[in-house]
Amino acid sequence: MDALAAHQITKRYADHLALQDVSLQVPKQSIFGLLGPNGAGKTTLIRIINQIIEADKGTIEVSGERLHQRHIRRIGYLPEERGLYKKMKVGEQLVYLGRLRGLSRRQALEASKQWVRKMEIADWWNKKIEDLSKGMAQKIQFISTVLHEPELIILDEPFSGFDPVNANLIKDEILQLRERGSTIIFSTHRMESVEELCDHITLINQAKKILDGTKKEIKHNYKSNTYHVEYRGTLNGAIQGFEIGKVQSLEDDYSQSMIKITNGQTPNQLLHELIQQVEVHRFVEHIPSINEIFIKLVEGESNE
Amino acid sequence: MNKTLLIIKREFLSRVKKRSFLLSTILVPLLFPAIIALMIYVAKEDTRNDLRVIQVLDKTGLFNLGESSSYRFVYLDNELEIAKVAFKESEDYALLYIPEFELHRPDGFILYSKVNPGITTMNKVEKELEDIIREVKLKEYNVDKSLLDSLTTEISLKSINISEGDEKESDASISFGVGYFTGFLIYIFMFAYGGQVMQGVIEEKNSKIVEVIVSTVKPFQLMMGKILGVASVGLLQFLIWILLVTTLSTAVLFLFGVQMPQAEAMEMAQNLETAEGVSEGMQFEEFRRLIETIPFTKIILCFIFYFLGGYLLYGALFAAVGSAVDTPSDAQQFMFPIMIPLIAGIVGMGMILDNPQGNLAFWLSIIPFTSPIGMMGRIGFDVPWWQLLLSMALLIAGFIFTTWLAGRIYRVGILMHGAKVNYKVLAKWMFMKT
Repeated sequence: MDALAAHQITKRYADHLALQDVSLQVPKQSIFGLLGPNGAGKTTLIRIINQIIEADKGTIEVSGERLHQRHIRRIGYLPEERGLYKKMKVGEQLVYLGRLRGLSRRQALEASKQWVRKMEIADWWNKKIEDLSKGMAQKIQFISTVLHEPELIILDEPFSGFDPVNANLIKDEILQLRERGSTIIFSTHRMESVEELCDHITLINQAKKILDGTKKEIKHNYKSNTYHVEYRGTLNGAIQGFEIGKVQSLEDDYSQSMIKITNGQTPNQLLHELIQQVEVHRFVEHIPSINEIFIKLVEGESNE
Repeated sequence: MNKTLLIIKREFLSRVKKRSFLLSTILVPLLFPAIIALMIYVAKEDTRNDLRVIQVLDKTGLFNLGESSSYRFVYLDNELEIAKVAFKESEDYALLYIPEFELHRPDGFILYSKVNPGITTMNKVEKELEDIIREVKLKEYNVDKSLLDSLTTEISLKSINISEGDEKESDASISFGVGYFTGFLIYIFMFAYGGQVMQGVIEEKNSKIVEVIVSTVKPFQLMMGKILGVASVGLLQFLIWILLVTTLSTAVLFLFGVQMPQAEAMEMAQNLETAEGVSEGMQFEEFRRLIETIPFTKIILCFIFYFLGGYLLYGALFAAVGSAVDTPSDAQQFMFPIMIPLIAGIVGMGMILDNPQGNLAFWLSIIPFTSPIGMMGRIGFDVPWWQLLLSMALLIAGFIFTTWLAGRIYRVGILMHGAKVNYKVLAKWMFMKT
């Protein structure tokens, strides 16, 4: 059963359509990338899942149950716009936010203490948020998101605002949380982290879902039978059944090019042709990055 | 624990723990007695040292002005011009010039002074002159003064209200004071605590914490939690003030030899208990009876009711305004319509106290937006029960309505950043589905 399923969610604001018939399935224990350019409707969808706003149409299910107030206890949410009570102390704040999620006072206190020890920030316990740096406050915010051991963790641009060291720390935490059984939805337009972490992806553009699937599938589907070749010698432009891309010269007589197989021949046949003309030093299939797919799709849409 | 309670608790503690709460809670009541003490002190100094000398240049020779503790009259026998020059050199307070005049058309009196004389001085001198001219006239008409004196009768009108069945004595001036004071307090509290609610909402919105919070509670719960949290701070502060002000004012007044009515009443009550037979005189007896007729319990209960009711009514509106804007300065434009009824209430107060059973008083004390102030103005003057109950019921209905209305604006407003908001936008938010 999926950790989260959305069925044909539609949300209209007064002057524009934010989401149109968006459906998605988030498998248990996956790291699910919710991608899309700014203004695509990601935040609206996330707010609907968090019951901050209601969809005009469509339903959401959490582990097969219709979304309900009681699920608040089982969801953790890190919004893109971070914020904490500036005048409140770190400890008080964590306990308060934990209790709002439904922990008892004791549970919230224990979990908070455990987390600050784990993140090695126990001595901040009595400091006010306004006395902390932005990066420190982000850590506190992350803790407050996962304090109540949520089954479903929704992170909106989780790495923005973190320096590389802390970003890695958070990345490790996300992976550990997944190991322990949590499902993570993470919304971003930073493709490097998607490439690295996500195993499922949904791409939303202009209120509609335009791509959906596992990272592997998607990459496979977007392969264009193109090979990256590095060689020494001169490649004669015309080879029957292949399309040679722009040739780029490298050092010491080496050149490289992208060669696309156009008429259903095999890579071996391509290699065979090449060997007759040049000395091949590198021959590897080109797998498109999520970034390329993203840009291709989003630009394609807006050009239509 | 209920999440709304959790929010109330946070709002309450975060304010009470602030240093500024402690300061204002202690300083404000200290300020009251300090001001009273200062005024009494200055007034006493005034009467002690400031014996004012008024030179009198009387061309008629008729006038023998009465001396008092604050004025002394010195008679001159000079020409006006010379007297004026001499007066300028002297340290005396004023120079009164009385020319020769016709008895039936008294005219030409002048009071020369180096600083503008106060209205009291003017009145006093005028009255002295009038009295003396009157006596001269009486003599001229051959009217015996003792006969005239015996014609003057002094009556002290005792007012008794019989509308409720029992005969009750009432004292207008005490009711007047109570009405004005409590009405004014409510007016101040509405602004002070309503402003705190608004400030709090803007802070939450600006620090962006609000999105985290509303993913755990409904926006309405957050709004009510804040409103009720601030209300409990207000009640606590109010109780501490009452306690401190009563204690300190009593102490200060004792120190300066002037006793407060409560203190006197308490003392008298003791006297009556310990020495029953001994009469303390009619005055005390009467005063005690008057104090007893003031329905203190009713006034205090009504005050708490109207404070809470009015605060809930306005607090919700302040919260809605806070949710709609990004900075306190943006809030100005929406504050105006909220302030109008409050100001109308406090301006109408004078007329209410003048005629507590009049039409204006009735409407101001019935309409929920002004009733917290208006009804406190009337409360000392035996408001008919049906009016009181109607006003209370309408106030409850009123705050349920404004909270509902505010809730609808709030739930949309807190998540909107950088939106240009005007009344049309607010109306749109109100009718928006979530």
